[in-house]
Amino acid sequence: MRAGGNASGPSRSLEPMAPYLLKRVISLVLSLLAASVVIFVVLQVVPGDPASYMLGMNAQPETVEALRQQMGLNDPIVWRYLSWVAGLTHGDFGVSYTYKVPTGELIAQRLWVSLPLALYALFLSTIIALPIGIISAAKRNSAADYGIMGVTQLGIAVPNFWFAMLLVLLFSITLRWFSAGGFPGWNAGFFVAMKALTLPAIALALPQASILARVMRSSLLDTLSEDYIRTARAKGLSRGQTLVRHAVRNAMIPVLTILGLQFSFLLAGAIIIENVFYLPGLGRLVFQGITQRDLIVVQSVVMLLVFAVILVTFLVDIAYAMVDPRLRGRA
Amino acid sequence: MTLLQIQNLDLSILGLKILSDVRFEVDRGEVVAVIGESGSGKSMTALAVMQLLPHGTDVNGSIRLDGEELLTKTEKQMCGVRGVDVGMVFQEPMTALNPVKTIGEQVAETVMIHTGASRAEALSVARETLSRVGLPEDRFPLTRYPHELSGGQRQRVVIAMAIALRPKLLIADEPTTALDVTTQAQIMALLKRLVDEDGMGLMLITHDLAVVADIADRIVIMKSGEVVEAGPAVQLFRSMQHPYSKALMAATSHHPVRKSPEVALHAVPVLEVRSVVREYALPRTSLFAKPGAFRAVDEVSLKIHKGENVGLVGESGCGKSTLTRAILALEGTQAGEIRVGGELVTTKAGASAAARRKMQVVFQDPYGSFNPRHKVRRLVTEPFYLMGREAPTGDALELRIAEALENVGLSSRDADKYIHEFSGGQRQRVAIARALITHPSLIILDEAVSALDVSIRAQILDLLADLSDRLDLSYLFISHDLSVVRAITDRVMVMKAGKIVETGETEAVFSNPQHEYTRQLLAATPDLEAALKRREIAAA
Repeated sequence: MRAGGNASGPSRSLEPMAPYLLKRVISLVLSLLAASVVIFVVLQVVPGDPASYMLGMNAQPETVEALRQQMGLNDPIVWRYLSWVAGLTHGDFGVSYTYKVPTGELIAQRLWVSLPLALYALFLSTIIALPIGIISAAKRNSAADYGIMGVTQLGIAVPNFWFAMLLVLLFSITLRWFSAGGFPGWNAGFFVAMKALTLPAIALALPQASILARVMRSSLLDTLSEDYIRTARAKGLSRGQTLVRHAVRNAMIPVLTILGLQFSFLLAGAIIIENVFYLPGLGRLVFQGITQRDLIVVQSVVMLLVFAVILVTFLVDIAYAMVDPRLRGRA
Repeated sequence: MTLLQIQNLDLSILGLKILSDVRFEVDRGEVVAVIGESGSGKSMTALAVMQLLPHGTDVNGSIRLDGEELLTKTEKQMCGVRGVDVGMVFQEPMTALNPVKTIGEQVAETVMIHTGASRAEALSVARETLSRVGLPEDRFPLTRYPHELSGGQRQRVVIAMAIALRPKLLIADEPTTALDVTTQAQIMALLKRLVDEDGMGLMLITHDLAVVADIADRIVIMKSGEVVEAGPAVQLFRSMQHPYSKALMAATSHHPVRKSPEVALHAVPVLEVRSVVREYALPRTSLFAKPGAFRAVDEVSLKIHKGENVGLVGESGCGKSTLTRAILALEGTQAGEIRVGGELVTTKAGASAAARRKMQVVFQDPYGSFNPRHKVRRLVTEPFYLMGREAPTGDALELRIAEALENVGLSSRDADKYIHEFSGGQRQRVAIARALITHPSLIILDEAVSALDVSIRAQILDLLADLSDRLDLSYLFISHDLSVVRAITDRVMVMKAGKIVETGETEAVFSNPQHEYTRQLLAATPDLEAALKRREIAAA
C-alpha cells in the first residue's frame, strides 16, 4: 500500500494531512488522560482503602498502615493521581507488592514476550487472510470461494485453546518439531525464541485470519461493484489489473479497522494461549496480579494496554488517511 | 469502410431477451445519437461493443470495428481494444473515478497499460490530454484527487481517460444526464470538438432528444431492445414515421393542459418566506481564527398563493435544496421566518406539526424514498403521525387511503402491495398519494419528475396539473430542468448563489429574461425546435 499518489511523492501527500494529524494527536492525548482518570478512580478510589484490600481481611492494622505509608495512600487523592501520572511519564510504575520489584521491569520483561507474539500472530493472520480474501472475492461463487468460506467459518468457530492443543499434539508430541511450551528468552537467540512463539502465534492467528479474510472478501466485493471499476475495465484493464490497481486499496478501510481491533486483542487477550504454552506474557502477569490482589501491577498493566489500544487506534487513523485522500482534509 | 457496424445483434441475459436484431453504423467523424427510454437496450448495446457484459449474457450477430469482428475476440484481445480503439464515458461522473488515485495517475494509466510508456511519458500525455479537455495544469494540477473537482470537471477527467490514446470510436452513455444545464452544454461542446479534431466516431447514448439535436449527425431510436427508426438527424426529426418516435417526440415537449388558476392574492398566502438566511460554518482556517460562514440561502423572500404553481430553478449548489429543507423545517435558519398557511413552520418548541401537515413533499428518487418492507397502506399513511389524535382510524382511514390512491390514478387494491411491485412511474404516483393524504394546501415537488423517462414524465405532469386544478393545490416545483418548469408553473423564481435573482410570470421570464444569469441558463437549455431551425438555416 502506498502513501498517497506517487505522482506527487510523500511530501505533497503528507502536508495536507497536517490538520488531520494534529486533531488525531490531540484526541490521542485527551483519550489517554481520560483513561488514566477512569483507571485511577476504579482501582484506587472505589475500593475504599487499597492497602487493606491488597492485604486481605486478616491483615494486622500495623501492616496495613505500613503499606499505606509505602504506597503514599495518606496523601490527598488529587496529589496521588498526579504523582502516579508523573511517574508514568518517566517509566516509574511503582513497586509490585507481591514481586517486590519495580513494576516497570516486570512489565518490560513480559512485554518482550507478548509484543513479539502479538506482532507475529498479526503478521501471520495478515499474510494468510489478505490473499485468500482477495482470491475468494476474485473467484466469487467458485469452488475455491466456497472452500475458503467454509474453512474460515470453521476457523472462527474453533476455540483457539483447543486448536492450540491440537497443534501441540501434532507438532510437539507426534512430530517433535516444536517444544510443547515455555519460552527460552531472547538471549537464547532470535530464531530459538521465535520458534518457541510459532505454535502460539499460529493458534492466535487462525481465528483472526478467518475473520480478516471474510472482511477482506466482502469489502472487496462491495468495491468491485463500484462505477470506477467499470471505468477501469473500459480503459482496457484486465480483471486482474482492475482488482490490484483499483479495488484492493479502496477495500482496505474496513480491513484496517479490523486489524486495529485485532492487534489490541492479541496483546492483552492471549492469556489462555499463554497458559496453554506456559509463556510468561502480559496476560499471565495481569492474571497473577488479580489473584494476588496486587493492585499496583494490575493498574500498571491495564494502563499500558489502554495506551496500546489508543496508540493502535491512532495508527489506524493515520493509515485511513494514507489510503483515502478524502479523509486528509477533515478530521 | 464504416467505422462501427452493428448487424443482427441479438443479446439475452440468462435466457431473457434484451436486444433483438439491432443494427446501425457509426462512421468516422460522425455523431450518432442512440435514443431510448430505460429498458430500451441502448446501454446494453454500448456494453456489447465494449464486450463488458454481465455474466450469463448470450450474444449473437456481428459488431465490426474498422472491419474487425469484435464478438469473436478473446477477453485478452478485447483488453487491447478497450481504451485504444474504443473509449467509453459513463453517466455518473461523481462515482466513475477511483477516489484514492490522482487524476493524473488515472489518465496516465490508460497510456501506461497499453503503450508500455514510462511513468513520466504517460504523465506528460495525461497533462496534454487533460488540458485538451479543458483542465489545464496550472489550474488543475495532475495531483488533484477526484473529490477536489466538481461534477463537470470530473466528467472531463473521464473523457480525458477515454480519449488519451485517440481512439477511433468514443461511446458516451448519458454523459450529461447528471449535470447542470450550463455544464451539460459545455460537455456537449467538448465532445463535438474532440470528434472534429480527432475524426473520431461518437456513439452518444441519451434519453433526451433535445440534448443531441444540435450535434447529432444521425439518430437511432430504440425501444424494447429493437431499433424502431434511424436516419439523418434533421430529416428524422422533421419526418418521423414510427408511432413510437412520434410519441417520444411529443412527450419531450409535453405541455399539460391547465385551467388558469384563480389566485387569491389577498387571502393568507399558502407559503410565505420572509428574509430567510441559512448559513453553514466553514472549517477554521487556523486554530484560533473564528470559523467563517457560508451563506447557502441569503435573505430569500417569496410568497405562494392558493392554487398557484411556482417554479424554483437554479443549478446545483445555488441553495434551492437548502431552502427546501428550511421550508420543510428539516433545517434551522439563522434569520427570517417561514409561514405555511399563516403558521410558523419552526417555533421555539421545534418544528410545528400544525404547519407541517399543511404541506407535503415529493422527492426525486422513486426507488429510494420508500421503505421496501412496508406495504403501500403504511407508506401512504405515514404523514398522519403529524395529526396525532386527529388522525383518522378504521373506515375513515380506509376511505382516505382509497381516495389518495384513486386521486393519483391507482386503485384502492394497490394498498396491500409492496413498493417493488410497481414501476418507476407508479412509484412516483404512490409518492404523490402519500403527499395528498393529509389534504395539504401546498406540495413541494423536489426534482419530482427528473428521474423519470420522458413518456412517464409527461403522464406525471398531466396528473400534477389535474390535481392542482381539482384540489386547488399549490406547488413549489423545484427543478434544474427549465423545460419542465416552463410546462407546469405559473410563476418562476431563478436562484443563484443563495439569492433569488429574477422572479415573474413563467412565460414572461422565459421569453424575455431580465437577469444575465437567467439568460445564460436559457441559452444553455437544450431546445429541440430552436436547434433544428438553426441547423436548417445552416444547411440552406
